[in-house]
Amino acid sequence: MPPIISISGLSKVYASGLHALKDIDLTIAKGEIFALLGPNGAGKTTLISIVCGLVRASSGTVTVDGHDITGDYREARRAIGLVPQELTTDAFETVWATTSFSRGLFGMKADPAHIERVLRDLSLWDKKDSRIMTLSGGMKRRVLIAKALSHEPRILFLDEPTAGVDVELRQDMWRLVRKLRDQGVTIILTTHYIDEAEEMADRVGVIRKGRIILVEEKAELMRKLGKKQLTLQLQNPLPALPDELALHGLALSADGQELVYTYDTKGERTGITTLLTDLTAAGIPFRDLSTSQSSLEDIFVDLVREQA
Amino acid sequence: MNPLSMNWPAVSAIYLFEMARFWRTGLQSIVAPVIATSLYFVVFGAAIGARVASVDGVAYGAFIVPGLIMLSLLTQSIANASFGIYFPRFAGTIYEILSAPVSPLEIVLGYVGAAASKSILIGLIILATAALFVPLRIEHPIWMVAFLLLTAVTFSLFGFLIGLWADGFEKLQLVPLLIVTPLTFLGGSFYSIEMLPPFWRAVSLVNPVVYLISGFRWSFFGASDVRVEISLAMTLVFLAACLGGVVWIFRTGYRLKS
Repeated sequence: MPPIISISGLSKVYASGLHALKDIDLTIAKGEIFALLGPNGAGKTTLISIVCGLVRASSGTVTVDGHDITGDYREARRAIGLVPQELTTDAFETVWATTSFSRGLFGMKADPAHIERVLRDLSLWDKKDSRIMTLSGGMKRRVLIAKALSHEPRILFLDEPTAGVDVELRQDMWRLVRKLRDQGVTIILTTHYIDEAEEMADRVGVIRKGRIILVEEKAELMRKLGKKQLTLQLQNPLPALPDELALHGLALSADGQELVYTYDTKGERTGITTLLTDLTAAGIPFRDLSTSQSSLEDIFVDLVREQA
Repeated sequence: MNPLSMNWPAVSAIYLFEMARFWRTGLQSIVAPVIATSLYFVVFGAAIGARVASVDGVAYGAFIVPGLIMLSLLTQSIANASFGIYFPRFAGTIYEILSAPVSPLEIVLGYVGAAASKSILIGLIILATAALFVPLRIEHPIWMVAFLLLTAVTFSLFGFLIGLWADGFEKLQLVPLLIVTPLTFLGGSFYSIEMLPPFWRAVSLVNPVVYLISGFRWSFFGASDVRVEISLAMTLVFLAACLGGVVWIFRTGYRLKS
């Protein structure tokens, strides 16, 4: 897919001297869901804020759908919808008024049918005449999404979209994000919930201390960096690991009932065949076995630890 | 800038959003200034005015009308514009304005336009209220409208600057309460500076509000403390200074963008 966002050599140094972004190069493909992961203070929000026009870049260029974000900011911003991290809403306005206001800000003519569609999609239609201050936190989060979608953006930034929301709303949002992607909207989300990225993202970027340390297809990332574990349930508990199995780096459970073998999917040989042969030779029978793969969270933690 | 390429729906959205707040708080927006003006007439017009001879050939009750309107115009313009832009900064909703395809000129047109409209509306309501108490004449209606517009826009711009500068509600009140209100009271709202001793008359000429009130009063009665051309020039100078401040803020991103 052609790129819809191109970031080149982007750096940001705040007046305080904080070097928030360091020479970022990143391309987002049209129609993908891109998850940007990183610990607190890594630079995720600064990166989003620069693309959306909230923060000025110190150097580098950003183009959105071919439009430079400073030279051609109108066209660039028209393409973007932003759902901020904080619940920042107009407390005294109604849901309908604030959503319609957002559409107007982006230079779009009033379209009550579109606003109604957005509010219905977000289960906000019943609340359209309610003042925002009377809504729950989850409902306010939906209002922010409705505002971001009011002008029919081609790119949607979701900055920690499900932080502090309940499970039902979280799943509603995931459904909405998938629906938007099916409609051709490019989604960039930052999240602390790794399972969210694992569930939804096509590609994952990891940012740490202002640098992008990895960008990879999610499936490829999990294939490359994922570790697998083989768990063998023994017929008879072992008091200790026999010496002849020491080379395999096995872990014995406390009750002596399970042997856990960790192997790297990237390796040319997994070592499973040799292990099973050695187990037979040592006279250790097992009654069942299972494998499990490391989650994106494990991968993320490993990556951030490695780079520290 | 080509007017056709401007984001007029955004200007309209900001303007209508701000005006909606004005109507929503109608009691304090409209009724309060009317009550305050009526009280001024009771105190200054009836109680004190009965003991004051006419000023420049104008009955004292009528003489204070332009000053009263100007007093409300200045305070309302500053209050509406400063609150209008400060509140989104305080609440965090400013992100939406800054990330929208809106130019600084369009933002200013929306916020300042709404603030000026509100204060003009209040000025006209006060004028209508005053007409119930004293007989009024307006000798130069076009100039009256021109001064009304210029002052409302200029002080709305000034309020907009305060709203951008303030980083707390205390600062939002600081300039209007400590500077603008005293300058307005000392600017000849309730008296002609000709009535002051020479020294204080000279001091008063440093007060920019004197020129606004004088010019506005001239449009009513054809008499003024300073020449109307000077009043007009001073208003335009202040307008230019406020515009310059707003341009600088948007160029540098001061208190808006890091």
